[in-house]
Amino acid sequence: MKTLAELEKIRKDTLDRINLRKEDKDDAIRVVVGMATCGIAAGARPVMMAFMEEAGRRNLSQVHVTQTGCIGMCRLEPMADVLLPGQEKVTYVHLNPDKVRRIVAEHLVNGQPVTEFTIGTAEGKTNG
Amino acid sequence: MIWDISLHLMDLAQNSITAGATLVEISIRLSSEGMLAITLTDNGSGMDEAMADKALSPFGTTRTTRKVGLGIPLAKQNAELTGGTFHLTSSHQQGTRIDMTFDTRSIDCLPLGDIPQTMVTLIASNPVSPDFVLACASPLGESSLDTRVLKQALDGVMLSEPEVISWMKDALTEETQPLFGGILQ
Repeated sequence: MKTLAELEKIRKDTLDRINLRKEDKDDAIRVVVGMATCGIAAGARPVMMAFMEEAGRRNLSQVHVTQTGCIGMCRLEPMADVLLPGQEKVTYVHLNPDKVRRIVAEHLVNGQPVTEFTIGTAEGKTNG
Repeated sequence: MIWDISLHLMDLAQNSITAGATLVEISIRLSSEGMLAITLTDNGSGMDEAMADKALSPFGTTRTTRKVGLGIPLAKQNAELTGGTFHLTSSHQQGTRIDMTFDTRSIDCLPLGDIPQTMVTLIASNPVSPDFVLACASPLGESSLDTRVLKQALDGVMLSEPEVISWMKDALTEETQPLFGGILQ
């Protein structure tokens, strides 16, 4: 049975870590998942969940997963932008939870974008 | 294709967030006859009558990127396909309320889907605002979750912390699965 008492325990356990993080705000990593009708219909919810759970599993507390609406490229959904401090935005397309796990490991942890899942690669293929 | 009701809820709740709501309330009630009544209420910017009418049509949208908006019309279609109903009431500057019913005995009724995942992703990707209230009831019992209560218990720790996400997921699964077990998947 899940209780509010457990939440208070979580609060105590995480407070120290959070205080540490406040001093180092510049290391924030942002993941923005497209969550309009097109994104949701293409499977964006499990993709967002995978980003959250995988970041949690690896203790990447500097990762913030947020959402945005439709950016007009519905055929490429589910899409997500990954923003690392001091690096250019990387847009990933046609995501699924398995791809997310690779992106978290290679891009969020090691700073190496997974080129084969990016919009540049996808569009290059369809146009070329 | 939106393949379950929990995804419609996710989609409709996004409209509330876009409308600047600070409180989004979702109620899911299953009657002993198998009628599923879902209400989503927000205190966002709302719509005037003309816009509310337009929102029900696939060709009504506020977007400028294209001329269609499918979220509300698809939810309406899926409710009405079961013999259920869909009502949208909205007033400018006060908020919007959507009432949907689905007849779960209909062969066209979508499964309820993963309500916990819808709630957790909504809450954790909007950890500050809006607040969310989920109230569920079926002949087997009832349960509720209110992020204002969670925030009080967490006292400054964000709802997007991994430990909190995992707590919410487990709590919601524990609470909702026994209520809706049969129609969840």
